[in-house]
Amino acid sequence: MSATTALPAPSRPGAPVPRARRSNRRVVATSFTYAVLAVLAVLYVYPFLIQVATSFKTDAEAAQNAVSLIPQTWSTAAYERLFLRSDFPLWFRNSVIVTVVVTLGRVFINSLAGYALARLRFRGRGLVFAGLVAVMAVPNVVLLIPKFLVIKQVGIYNSFAGLIVPLLADAAGIFIMKNFFESIPPSVEEAARLDGAGTFRVFWSVVLPMARPAVVTLVILSFQGSWNELSHFIVASQDPDLVTLTKGVAQLASGQLSQGTQYPLKLAAAAIMTIPVAVLFFVFQKRIMNQSAGAVKE
Amino acid sequence: MSAAVTSPASAPVRRRRRPHGPGSARGRAAASGWLFLAPMLVILGLFLVVPVLMALWVSMSDWTGRGSPLSSDVSFVGMENYRSLLLGGGLATQDFGTAMRNNAYYVLLVVPLQTALALFLATMVNRRALRGRGFFRTAFYFPSVTSSVAITVLWLFLFSASGTINAILARLSISGPNWFNDPRGVLHLLLGAVGVDTAPESLAQHGFLGIPLWEWLAGPSVAMSALILLAIFTTSGTFMLLFLAALQAISSEVEEAAVMDGATAWQRFRRVTLPMLRPTVFTVVTLGLIGTWQVFDQIYTGTQGGPAKTTITPAYLSYSAAFQNNQWGRGAAIAFVLFAIIVLLTVLQRLVLRERDTVPRRKRFYRTPPAPPAALAGTVTAAGAPGAGTTTGTASATEGDDR
Repeated sequence: MSATTALPAPSRPGAPVPRARRSNRRVVATSFTYAVLAVLAVLYVYPFLIQVATSFKTDAEAAQNAVSLIPQTWSTAAYERLFLRSDFPLWFRNSVIVTVVVTLGRVFINSLAGYALARLRFRGRGLVFAGLVAVMAVPNVVLLIPKFLVIKQVGIYNSFAGLIVPLLADAAGIFIMKNFFESIPPSVEEAARLDGAGTFRVFWSVVLPMARPAVVTLVILSFQGSWNELSHFIVASQDPDLVTLTKGVAQLASGQLSQGTQYPLKLAAAAIMTIPVAVLFFVFQKRIMNQSAGAVKE
Repeated sequence: MSAAVTSPASAPVRRRRRPHGPGSARGRAAASGWLFLAPMLVILGLFLVVPVLMALWVSMSDWTGRGSPLSSDVSFVGMENYRSLLLGGGLATQDFGTAMRNNAYYVLLVVPLQTALALFLATMVNRRALRGRGFFRTAFYFPSVTSSVAITVLWLFLFSASGTINAILARLSISGPNWFNDPRGVLHLLLGAVGVDTAPESLAQHGFLGIPLWEWLAGPSVAMSALILLAIFTTSGTFMLLFLAALQAISSEVEEAAVMDGATAWQRFRRVTLPMLRPTVFTVVTLGLIGTWQVFDQIYTGTQGGPAKTTITPAYLSYSAAFQNNQWGRGAAIAFVLFAIIVLLTVLQRLVLRERDTVPRRKRFYRTPPAPPAALAGTVTAAGAPGAGTTTGTASATEGDDR
């Protein structure tokens, strides 16, 4: 919207401080900065390390030796149990299905809507836009009961459709696409139009391919969002065959499916569940970091 | 969370005059426009707009979950569900009051702490000369991308009686509390430490929302404190990125000018950087308020409201009233009260910040030459007329100027 709203300037490689200005005080300050950052980094990273480490411990060792990052006796019992003697693979499969379909659907539907709002002139467009903004303001948790009511009424309760369809469009994604389409010069479309391409053709073969950066952003956001979604899955089905990872692991954690503490088992489940988003994160790190910041700034 | 954070502000729509063909082309654009919007309209309409209307009906009915809420044997009870919740004085009111107290402490602690920590992290990793910036940013941001369920499972382990936190505390000869089983409020614990164990007459006698004032003063329970730490751990990274982006948008000339004027690092931060970050602070606090009043996943996965209802939140109460106890009317009523609270706080916070934000952002960034020396004396705030600032994130989305 203004200067702050521009994308962040690409970070320049660390410009070294001129030697002349380096005083003793500066060295002290720098060491202090690194010390503080190192402590904080340990606080942020250690929990994940202990998670992986504990998942390879035995139940007894997890309780007795909760601090060590190296198990005294390595045990893959937790993983064996998860994959061979539990519904975990089913949950994983369900999460994959839901996430893939939601991601593809969202990209398509949000792009269509974003393009229409950005480029097509027609009566009522402003109204739709205003409605979208209003809808965005409704908090998710408030919608739990109402969503359940409609899903039940429409007859898609306890089905994949119930898990997937309500997640297929989201206002935030539409805004991202709309903003991006607005930045593509209209002359591009005109050339295609003169060649006789219809509106959908122009959108599908000309504009959408140009919007790849926005599409990638949307893919990341949708994948992350639907993989990590919990509350919607809780209200959309009761069927044990449709349990997703988040729901399954949440039930595992609250002890409904297991006895005792079984921390290695629970932590292994949580760790595996984290892997897909972690991979996504590390592959698209730069983009994720920039878009999270950029989105609000735009 | 991610959806909220990425809620983009709409860019101002530039009106482009494109050569329009005769009427038919215009008509075609309209037809394809609606066609393009159709899937989105159907989905959002069906799963966002219709549900809200339906829940509004349910919140004023005596539906018990059997059959359709729209069938003829469900009757209209007006504001009865809201009345029993807010004024009834019975168990419903007490539970709601307890949930409000728990969540109020959660908000009161999480929002300022996560904002301050995020700002601190951002200023720390913003330095150009810092080695390993990428590593630090990744480390701080990673908890934000992982699922709330996975992190809660991890937290349950870390804060369990024999968990990592207590093991570390034990090495320091501190006997840690039984985090997720300790229902005592931390303020009561502090008061107990100075010898105040029982409620003074006036605090025990009077109450609000069905629970005595003394209970309102309990503070977050030990269990809730663990969840508060969890929230700070997972959200500070997200908000760090917002601050980071804002910091990078501040031109280095402004900083340099301040250095020239001999401002110390703290003065530069306090007088130059912080005022410029005000719109971002607004965004972060607003998103924080919206998020913290909705805490649900962690409660569902972790404590289920226990111990002794000290981690019940309105969002979880709404869910459990409807889905577990079949009190659909009450559950829907709680959801709407929660909605009202969130809207109210956001508006309130907006008003407060707008009043204080006297420097129009656009002027600061576009027209102000490198900060004049006077800036350090604080007079820069007089530079512009009020009113233009504070439009970021969700706020500006609400102002989307489209037609």
